[in-house]
Parts: sequence; structure tokens; C-alpha cells
Amino acid sequence: MALAEEASRTTTRTDAAPVRRPNRWLKNLTGKVAMLPMILTALVIFLGGTIWTIVYSFTDSGLLPRLRWNGLAQYERLWSSRKWLVSIENLALYGVLSVILTLFIAFTLAALLDRKIRFEDAFRTIFLYPFALSFIVTGLVWQWILNPEFGIQGIVRGMGWETFNFDPLYNPNIVMYGLLIAGLWQGTGLIMCIMLAGLRGIDEDIWKAARVDGIGTVKTYVVVIIPMMRPVFVTSLVLIGAGIVKLYDLVVAQTSGGPGISSEVPAKYVMNTMFGGQNLGQGFAASTMMMVMVFIILIPWAYLEFGGKKRG
Amino acid sequence: MVDMATNAASGSALNPRGPKPKKAFSRGNIIVYGTLFVVAIYYALPLYVMIVTSLKGMPEIRMGNIFSPPMEITFQPWVKAWQEACTGINCDGLSRGFWNSVRILIPSVIISVAVASVNGYALSMWKFKGSEVFFTILMIGAFIPYQVMLYPIVILLREAGLYGSLTGLVLVHVAFGMPINTLLFRNYFASIPDELFKAARVDGAGFWAIFFRIMLPMSLPIFVVSLIIQVTGIWNDFLFGVIFTSQDLYPMTVQLNNIVNSVQGVKEYNVNMAATLITGLVPLIIYFASGKLFVRGIAAGAVKG
Repeated sequence: MALAEEASRTTTRTDAAPVRRPNRWLKNLTGKVAMLPMILTALVIFLGGTIWTIVYSFTDSGLLPRLRWNGLAQYERLWSSRKWLVSIENLALYGVLSVILTLFIAFTLAALLDRKIRFEDAFRTIFLYPFALSFIVTGLVWQWILNPEFGIQGIVRGMGWETFNFDPLYNPNIVMYGLLIAGLWQGTGLIMCIMLAGLRGIDEDIWKAARVDGIGTVKTYVVVIIPMMRPVFVTSLVLIGAGIVKLYDLVVAQTSGGPGISSEVPAKYVMNTMFGGQNLGQGFAASTMMMVMVFIILIPWAYLEFGGKKRG
Repeated sequence: MVDMATNAASGSALNPRGPKPKKAFSRGNIIVYGTLFVVAIYYALPLYVMIVTSLKGMPEIRMGNIFSPPMEITFQPWVKAWQEACTGINCDGLSRGFWNSVRILIPSVIISVAVASVNGYALSMWKFKGSEVFFTILMIGAFIPYQVMLYPIVILLREAGLYGSLTGLVLVHVAFGMPINTLLFRNYFASIPDELFKAARVDGAGFWAIFFRIMLPMSLPIFVVSLIIQVTGIWNDFLFGVIFTSQDLYPMTVQLNNIVNSVQGVKEYNVNMAATLITGLVPLIIYFASGKLFVRGIAAGAVKG
């Protein structure tokens, strides 16, 4: 195949030579053909699919998609649905806590590992292995550990503290914290590794200068190192943010949205309306809102990262 | 301890260089190691609980503590999870899901890595007007929640007669694995000196000749990185599996969830944990075997993915 491609290339070249100006479209033809899968994916799936969903979110599609205009009715229904509001609330709570705690834990661990300690590789291996596991596995393990009868609550009660209560998966008020424990367990390792790479990139002289000036270790981190690591924090933030909006598998595995609807999340709402409830229009409107959320997170970042550079 | 003592001694014998030698048990050290140790327990605990629970019998689980090691080790839960665990009416265990996952994994990984490497190569060395535009669309697409594109893909696959088949799922994995892996290869090939490419062109090598004879042999590490990303990503996928395949073809993660979260029957926690552990085993083995490359892979993928 490679040979045939090459042959066709050379023939187009010789054909075009006498005309003086080779056809613009035939230039680099193999390159274009080779990129065809990417071009098709970008245009048909990513661009086309997105536009399709946005357009159909303004229709009254039910069991099957149909182009009957319905204005903003799907969105009005969406934002007056209790389940959706609970989902958004849950995602906001999970998101804010997850960002703060992930950044804090990941940076602390990275800083500790960066103190030239022994067994660094062993610690790093332990902190990162959950990231290799799927959210389904993560959710199921934590479902078991948080099992009120046999898990942590049962054990603490068995040790004599009879009134000890810790059953996040059965208590609507704290169920999101149960998910958070599992989510942090799975995801902090990755951010820690990114932070560690960032810390390793900081010049040793900075530390010497700080020592000469008599600034303590913790203060050096807070005052000098963290501001220097702004790009690393921004990358981490984008990664955590993109992951939060996608939160779905973990909920399905750990709580199935329960108890009741107390741990529903937007991605699950979309899946339920689109594939379970035969209510396509709602699903399209909800998924479009999810995309809007991502862009609300991304646009300021893109502006800071790329907009600033051009001017500077 | 011995090391440190000799180091300190030899250090002072020459010139006093480097930081002041620390005592092994200084207060700072105790805080650092203590914190790391406690956190490490939190991270290691679930794996330990999975292993321990999967080796116990049900009576022991009902009596005891999930953290205590098994009094009698039994492999029955593993056998049952593999061969007999039920999802709905099928009771042939997790083995079906495992083989489905393997059948999904192998073609998806091969095709997506091949496509992504050619994309990256073409994007960095055979640019044409507009190639960067397509790439930008691809990268923005990586941030759009999958839910937005799911239904259009369902329609496309249905039109092509592939909806509900493994082929359809493979195509979906190839499409969604493309942004990150293309980025990976593009950045890698962009770092290869231009002279090399120009020299090959002068010698008359074309698109594929340069790719196969020069670029491919040079880029083995990045292939491994891409392979690791794809294998763990596709093995761990749940969303695409549940939507684009049907009951008999469900990948392992979907089947696992159905086994553990099924409402019928008595909950057999040991079988559930054995099933969970078996499902996690493939990515765990890759993780522990690949070591630093895994870290490099996800870090490379994470930088702008």
C-alpha cells in the first residue's frame, strides 16, 4: 500500500510540473488523505454532532428526534425540574470541594515527596495506583468500605462506640461526601504527579535564596513556590474541572443516584432522559447545558492562556 | 542510618559542603514521614480490603471486620465471580465480560494508536492550509462532554448498521481517543529536528517512507505511552460500553456493575469484591509493570489534554 501511495504521489508531481502551477488541492495529497480520519472525526462527530444536539434541543423530540420547533420549552422544563436542580446543586458542591481538596492534598503530598525523602517511588506508586482503576471499580470498593453494617461504621461501633454514625451512602444529607471520598481517592494521584513535576522544575537557587533570607520552608512554599507554579495550578484546575462535569460512572457504581435522588448529577440526568426516559429533547437540552458549563470553566482559562500571550 | 553517618563523616573530612546533615529522627522528618505514611494507608486500604474480602467465606464476612485478614483463605469467590456470577438471566460469570473487553480492546487500541500516530506525523511535518483548524476543532471537542455527541453517534451507527455491535464501539473508542493521542504524537514529532525530515525528502523519500523508515523507529517510547493511555482508558470505559453495545456484548466494567448492583438475590460481598478486583487487575498490572512510563504517559496526556 505504501508503495502504491508513493507511486501515485510521484505521478501527480510529474503531471503537474509542466503546468508550472501545481493544483493547490493535489499538493501534499498523501498528507491530506492520511489525515482524513481526523478531519472526518473533527467535522462529523465533534463539530457536526455538537451542532446537531444543540439544534435538536430546541425541538419537542420524544421517543425519536424530530425537527418540530419548540423554542425554549425544553430548557424551561429542565430548569423547573427538581431532579435537574438537585443534580446541579450536587455537582456544584462536589465540584467546589473536589477542586479545593484535590489541589490542597495533591500539592501537600507533592511537596512532601519533594523533600528529598526515602522511598519516594514507593509512596508515589501507592498514591497513583487508584488512577489506573476505573470509576466503576472505585465506586464499588468504596460502596463496600462505607457499608454501614460491615464497613467503617460497623467496625467503630463494634469497638464500643455504639452511637457512631457514618453512613454517607444511606444518608441523603451527606451522600455527596461519600462520593467525594472515593473521587478524591481516585483522582488526587494524577494531580500530585503533575504538581511534583512542576516542583522539580523549580530552580534549586530559589531555595538557596530563601534559606539565605531566612524564610521558613512552609512560608517559602506559600509565598514563593506556589505563585511560581501558576501554570501548573491552572492546568490542574482545567483537568479537575473537565473531570467533574463528566462525573457519571462513579455515581452509577457507588449510589445509583440514591438514596432517592439525593446524589443525582447532570451527566446521569442526561443519560436517563436520553436513553431511559424516551425523552430526547430533555436530554439534548441538559447535555447542551453541560457543555455550556464546561465552556464557562474553559473560556476564562483559554483567555488567560492564549489571549494574554498574543498581547504580551 | 549507616549511610548517612558515613556521608556526614566523609563530608566533613573534605570541605563542609551541601546542607547540614540532618538527624534521621528530627521533628520535621517525623512530620513528613508520618503524614505520608498515614495518607499512604488511606490510599492502600481499598486495595487491601478488596483482596482480603475476596478471599473470605460469607460466614466470616458476616461476623467480622472488613479489615481483618481472612482466617481461612478460600478461592471460591474468585471462581464463582469468574464462572457463575449472574447478570439478569445470564449466569456465566464475569468471563464473558472479560472476553468482550478483550475483543473491544485489541482492535480499538491498534487502530487508534495507528491513526493518532499518522495524524500527529502529518500535522507536524505535512501541514497544509487548514490542517491546524481541524486539529483545533479536535482539541476543543475533547473538552465537550461526551453526552452532547452520544445521540448523533447512535444515529450514525444505526444508519451504518453497526449500532449495538463491537465494531461500532471500536469506532467510537477510536474517535474519542483521537484528540489526546494525536496531541501526544504531534508534540513528539514536532520536537524531531527539521533537518532529518529535509534530508529524507532530498533523498526522495515520500510520506509513508519517511513515516515507516525514519519516524517510527525513533518514536517507540511515545508509542508505549500512547498504548498505556489507550489500554487503561478503553478497559476502564463504562459510558460507551453501556450505550453502544447490548446485553451479550457488554464490556467487563458494565457487566461488573450489573453483577454487583443487581437487586435480586442475596448479596455475596466476597464474590462482588473478587469480581471488582478481577476487573481492576488488567490496568493494575499495566500500572505496576510500566512504572515510570505510566506516570510519563498520563503526565504527557495531562499537560494539555
